[in-house]
Amino acid sequence: MEIILAILVGILYTAGVYMLLRRSILKFIIGIIFMSNATNLLVFLSAGLIPGNPAFVDGTTTNTAHLADPMPQALVLTAIVIGLGMVVFILALKYKFFEVTGTDDLDQLKQTDSQK
Amino acid sequence: MTIVALPILIPFVLAISLLFFRTPKTCRWVGPFGSLAIFVVSLMLFFRLQTTGILTLNVGGWEAPFGIVLVVDYLSALMLMVSSLILIAVSLFAIRFLPDEIPLSRFYFFFFTLTMGMNGAFITGDVFNLYVWFEVMLISSFVLITMGKKKEQLEGGIKYLALNLLGSLLFLAGLGLLYGKTGTLNMAHLAEILKNDDQALLMNTSAILFFVAFGIKAAVFPLFFWLPSSYHTPNITITSLFAGLLTKVGVYTLIRFFTLFSVHDQQFWHSLLLIVAGLTMVIGGMAAASYYETRRILSYHIISQIGYMIMGLGIFTPLAIAGAVFFTLHNMIAKTGAFLASGMIAKMKGTYHLKEVGGLYKQNPLLAVLFIVPAFALAGVPPLSGFFAKFMLIKAGMESGSYIITTVALLTSLLTLYSMIKIWNEAFLKKQPENQENQESIKLNWADYMPLAILATASVLMGIFAATVFTYAMEAANQLIDPTNYIDTVLRNRTP
Repeated sequence: MEIILAILVGILYTAGVYMLLRRSILKFIIGIIFMSNATNLLVFLSAGLIPGNPAFVDGTTTNTAHLADPMPQALVLTAIVIGLGMVVFILALKYKFFEVTGTDDLDQLKQTDSQK
Repeated sequence: MTIVALPILIPFVLAISLLFFRTPKTCRWVGPFGSLAIFVVSLMLFFRLQTTGILTLNVGGWEAPFGIVLVVDYLSALMLMVSSLILIAVSLFAIRFLPDEIPLSRFYFFFFTLTMGMNGAFITGDVFNLYVWFEVMLISSFVLITMGKKKEQLEGGIKYLALNLLGSLLFLAGLGLLYGKTGTLNMAHLAEILKNDDQALLMNTSAILFFVAFGIKAAVFPLFFWLPSSYHTPNITITSLFAGLLTKVGVYTLIRFFTLFSVHDQQFWHSLLLIVAGLTMVIGGMAAASYYETRRILSYHIISQIGYMIMGLGIFTPLAIAGAVFFTLHNMIAKTGAFLASGMIAKMKGTYHLKEVGGLYKQNPLLAVLFIVPAFALAGVPPLSGFFAKFMLIKAGMESGSYIITTVALLTSLLTLYSMIKIWNEAFLKKQPENQENQESIKLNWADYMPLAILATASVLMGIFAATVFTYAMEAANQLIDPTNYIDTVLRNRTP
């Protein structure tokens, strides 16, 4: 199972980088979403997968070695929420930018770098 | 020791209170006095630190390696103190210099959430918690940078956001891998585990991800492009705030990580840091020399100065680390001061372009004096703060035999001096250009000078009392080079 998810992480990173390098701002945002999900999955996988044994300790559990590590799950939950907020903000920013300039082309974003 | 949590709690409470007190009149009090409260708390923390040693707080009562721990050592305390001094200056500056379309209450709200994120990043002892504080800081800065909703601000905002989001993702990936390898996120615990670990190769994946992530935030050489294309777009108040604080948080985390637990393969990392530092200095300095707009000159100049801080980390002797800490503290004050001065020039003349202004020395000698202090401090003219900072770094470089980087650092100071003299000559000494129709300049009143006067005084005092500041910087460096004390205090919760 880990190996499949690891390959998925790789695919998501690849797709994310490809989308980041496209010219449209919207595709750039999709790239960020891909990379953010790839990272979340990577963090989730970091402690390995133990299926079917959530970490519910009731006082009688003596051996905790076979339980799934709850820490990465908690981290991923936080990271997903933060990632969602970031994506919502960048979408709003893109909408505002489109309203002001009417362009979705990253090549048009040269104004602040040109020497005056 | 609940006082340790106050630098995070105070800005949080202030930000919430600003949702209810929205009139400009109350905001004018809440902003500066709130910043003053944070400054007082940082001073208290600093004095407490001197008597009792490193302060820790296990948040929620969870024991150290399991829960989140807040730690104040000398580096954190010094950064807290200087950053809150800048908060005072910028919050006063905002009252006079924010345009009408940005309400004070909204500015101060994000000002305080930014402060909360920054203070959190300074005092946290947990890697994932650091990530969360970084995000708090980032989202506030995204809102601040796009606040005016002008075309170039939105454009600058997109560039700023793109690279910084990428940096955050890399940071998260790095800490995920680190957790997979060590099973802990507590910095002291990490340091203890990795001290006697020989799996350097595995550690390097995390270390390089951290290096790139914090390199983006600190704006080092190949990763700095977001900074010059966004920093000159927002209102000068917001630019000054960012210039003084944001990149330095990146430098702070680099120093923290690369002294505490990413200490494998020292030879590789230190030479990489030195190469990056040299290129950052030179390229930032040269780019600054080619512009004629004060905000752009100063923006590129931030990058150039980041190189010196990384240089101290790369040389990695106690004196060099102390130099890096001293330089960071000095740079936060002087850089913000220089930006405030450029904002005042722009308020008088209505433009940031040096070719369109002139004759300010005759018109406003006070501003000239207040500008020359941070400018010469940045250039490293004795007896101001920058001279001692550079002296420490260069002495450390000579002693450890890193002659190339020392030469580069010395030559780059000439570039810095050139940029500062350019602003001085163009804005203050040369005659007002004839063809300008707008010959009349707006008079500034005393409240406009106050923030810059505070920072200029701080810069002068830091130069006069350099020996005292040096002792503290040295103390910070000793704690960083030998983290045994840090590890013991955090993990054993040793009460001295």
